[in-house]
Amino acid sequence: MSSTELEAKNTKLQTDLREVAQDIVARAMKGGASAAECVVREGDEFSTLVRLGQVETLKESGSKSIGVRVFFGQRAASTYSSDFSKEGLDRMVKSALELAKITSEDPFGGIPDASQLGQLQGNLDLYHEDVYSLHGAARIDYARRAEKAALDFDPRIKNSEGGSFDAATGHKVLANSHGFVGEYSRSYCSVAAVPIAQTDEGAMQRDYWYSVARTLKKLDAPEKVGRIAAERTLRRLGAKKAKTATVPIVFDPMVSTSILEHIFEGINGDSVYRGASFLAGKLGQKIAGDNVTVIDDGTIPGGFGTAPFDGEGIPTRRTVVIENGVLKSYLLNTYTAKKLGLQTTANAARGLAGTPGIGPGNYFLQPGAKSPKELVAGIKEGLYVTEFLGQGVNLVTGDYSRGASGLWIQNGEITYPVEEITVAGNLKDLFFNISEIANDLEFRGSVAAPTIRIDGLTVGGE
Amino acid sequence: MDKYKDKARFFFEHYGLTERDLERYLGAALSAGGDYADLYFEYLSSTALSMDESMIKSASQGISAGCGVRVVSGERTGYAYTDDLSSDRILHAAKTAALIASAPARATVAGFQKTAARSLYPVTLPSVDAEISAKVELLMRADKTARGYDPRIKEVRANYGDELRNILVVASDGTFAEDSQPLARMNVSCIAKTEGNSARGTSGGGGRVALDFFFGDKNPEFFARESARQAILQLDAREAPAGEMEVVLGPGWPGVLLHEAVGHGLEADFNRKKTSAFAGLIGKRVASEKCTVVDNGTMPWRRGSLNVDDEGEPTQETVLIEKGILKGYLSDKLSSRLMGIADTGNGRRESYEHIPMPRMTNTYMLAGNDNPEDIIRSVKHGVYAVNFGGGQVDITNGKFVFSASEAYMIEDGKITAPIKGATLIGNGPDVLTRVSMVGNDLKLDEGVGTCGKDGQAVPVGVGIPTLKVDRLTVGGTARKDPGGFMQ
Repeated sequence: MSSTELEAKNTKLQTDLREVAQDIVARAMKGGASAAECVVREGDEFSTLVRLGQVETLKESGSKSIGVRVFFGQRAASTYSSDFSKEGLDRMVKSALELAKITSEDPFGGIPDASQLGQLQGNLDLYHEDVYSLHGAARIDYARRAEKAALDFDPRIKNSEGGSFDAATGHKVLANSHGFVGEYSRSYCSVAAVPIAQTDEGAMQRDYWYSVARTLKKLDAPEKVGRIAAERTLRRLGAKKAKTATVPIVFDPMVSTSILEHIFEGINGDSVYRGASFLAGKLGQKIAGDNVTVIDDGTIPGGFGTAPFDGEGIPTRRTVVIENGVLKSYLLNTYTAKKLGLQTTANAARGLAGTPGIGPGNYFLQPGAKSPKELVAGIKEGLYVTEFLGQGVNLVTGDYSRGASGLWIQNGEITYPVEEITVAGNLKDLFFNISEIANDLEFRGSVAAPTIRIDGLTVGGE
Repeated sequence: MDKYKDKARFFFEHYGLTERDLERYLGAALSAGGDYADLYFEYLSSTALSMDESMIKSASQGISAGCGVRVVSGERTGYAYTDDLSSDRILHAAKTAALIASAPARATVAGFQKTAARSLYPVTLPSVDAEISAKVELLMRADKTARGYDPRIKEVRANYGDELRNILVVASDGTFAEDSQPLARMNVSCIAKTEGNSARGTSGGGGRVALDFFFGDKNPEFFARESARQAILQLDAREAPAGEMEVVLGPGWPGVLLHEAVGHGLEADFNRKKTSAFAGLIGKRVASEKCTVVDNGTMPWRRGSLNVDDEGEPTQETVLIEKGILKGYLSDKLSSRLMGIADTGNGRRESYEHIPMPRMTNTYMLAGNDNPEDIIRSVKHGVYAVNFGGGQVDITNGKFVFSASEAYMIEDGKITAPIKGATLIGNGPDVLTRVSMVGNDLKLDEGVGTCGKDGQAVPVGVGIPTLKVDRLTVGGTARKDPGGFMQ
């Protein structure tokens, strides 16, 4: 298919889905709803996995689904379907109108005010059709090259869970009874490798690496991905347990993002209004050290967390969440903002069903000045964490206890690998004990953080 | 409700499918060769209700339907799906999946062998079709009971969800299986608060049951009281210890230990690829002789049970570990064929959009002879963990974690203070070798487990009797030995 044909096809599809969404809203209003909102999602995916040089799976498909949320005054309900036939859509709208009768009057319920609705203009650089431009054999070759680079890297890489290449596009339409209608498409491609290394004694370790981008042009070469995956796997070989101790801990960027996620869980409006977070009610107060500044920005062109409008049709924006350790803003949708007497931060995340949740845009920790190496160099005895296992975090109390593996630091140098250990403390203290933040911020998803050092946590081991 | 009695006709009646159509689709799937092809039709309807601040804030219903086509050629799998069940779209998916193979077309199948009917969850009225007002009542009762439990209970959320999944699986090996799988679950979570202190509790249950299940013993009051009790208890929890020590696991949900420590590592796909720490250990000792572990998909009404798996194979009871010796793996059709082992009926998938793979059903350890009180009495200094959140495992190095949400110290053979939630970490292939006592009180969980693998979620069950593990690392903050290095 030529690119003009593809564009023509896309344009037609988009127009159709806009009309469907607006039609559903109109039907709900005709059925007696006082407000209505409809979301249509459509996606295509391609994935291939090559293992030990042979294609293991090829998957290629697309699907679409539709959801409607209706209000009768302050009562709300939602329904969804994958059936776009006239009968299917009729039934979906009818069920929503029926279902709203059993829900409660919620004084804070409703869609946003018309004045809040809108969308960012201009090209946000979210969609590149080149993610599908590779023909079948070339896609497989991407996966094969990533795996091969890992297998060839070192004789101790003896097995593999494979190399993979994935591509996907998603298209979303949102319409509501204030006349809002918006749509956008996003594309995605990734290449990954998951090698397995083995010692002479037979002990195995597995790790992975990947590159992800919105366009093939920005995807790392499969060889680079495979090589990094091999290095990450090899450095785990021969791991032992550590002694139980309280030592400084350096979080690799792959795990430092988890700290940002805990902050997000603690300051999103749902947790805050329910009092389900120890950070509820802390607006304007110090919740972290002076060096901690956290930003959420849904407007960055090409970002993994970028969209022209949020899940309720409000233009995305940049929000300073924490500035020099002071909690400046919660992250909110319309409902939680009303509950808390605040303004939405345009972080509504709309799934197909239920009430909108809250999701981050491009959400990150401001980097510092030192290199990651300098962070390690400043530690006499400590742990460099590369992976966490399990959940083990309680936002109500702040209690923090996670399974971990990583590398032991001695005299400012990374030495041997460690595993089967735990890292524990309380988030209330942990946020104040982020003693150093490195300069290596890189977005590999919508949440990003540089390497950080945290003091005062207990390592549980032998 | 006649339409459910003859569940076998669901897709034929609703979509006008005929056996001729099925043969045609399979023919298209094998048009480029391939050893095997199957079609998985799914029609899923679901309801979800949630109560928060004593209001029904969210109510949703939905329908999702589609068909997945798989073609297997040697170790290669091609997969495509469609959410449009018209002939054109299914044929298109079949031809896409067929791209995996490159050989002359294979003869199409003629005639199917219907899998014998079985009825592990004989509900007359699936809960998804029951009166919604009865479901609202469940949540209102839970909310009332939890709030009335103690004035310190300040926040209560109650959720109810159910679904009915109709499936039809047909394959080029003649498989023809249909099933209608109900699933229901309710959950209550509470937050207790005092001046300067907060804690949470959560409880829930369900299974492949009708709505009447929640009007029996396991009613909203039961889950509400249990949730509130945990929240209140946690208000007084002290620091959990850190380091290796004796750990006693209470019966039931702590069986998540088995799921993480051995269950995943025994899924056949990992062993076929030799990526599991358990690869090559069949016939070897992996547990103390007091341990016998099974996976059993045939328990009536259970959340992890299935009449047939998602490849149309009847589920079964599979012995994984017998008196400490590793006996076998959990297999699906692909691993069964490639490894030359029996298909244990463990081929499962999240939905028509997903490729099936070996998964657990209900995984538990058989009861032993020890009295639970004797087990506690035998511990000088350790932890007694009775409730857990989730867990995770790295199947390659065998390290697993599971996080206790309700636990106590055991001091000189007595259960003493409650401790804060802590993660426990161990090594799968040897943790069960350190099981020195096994209680006579086997219990399965209440029916809330969901297992994730390769991004696919499926409902499962777990269970254990009271167990004593002689040495396991507890991830608390309180140092047993204040020595060592501090910086």
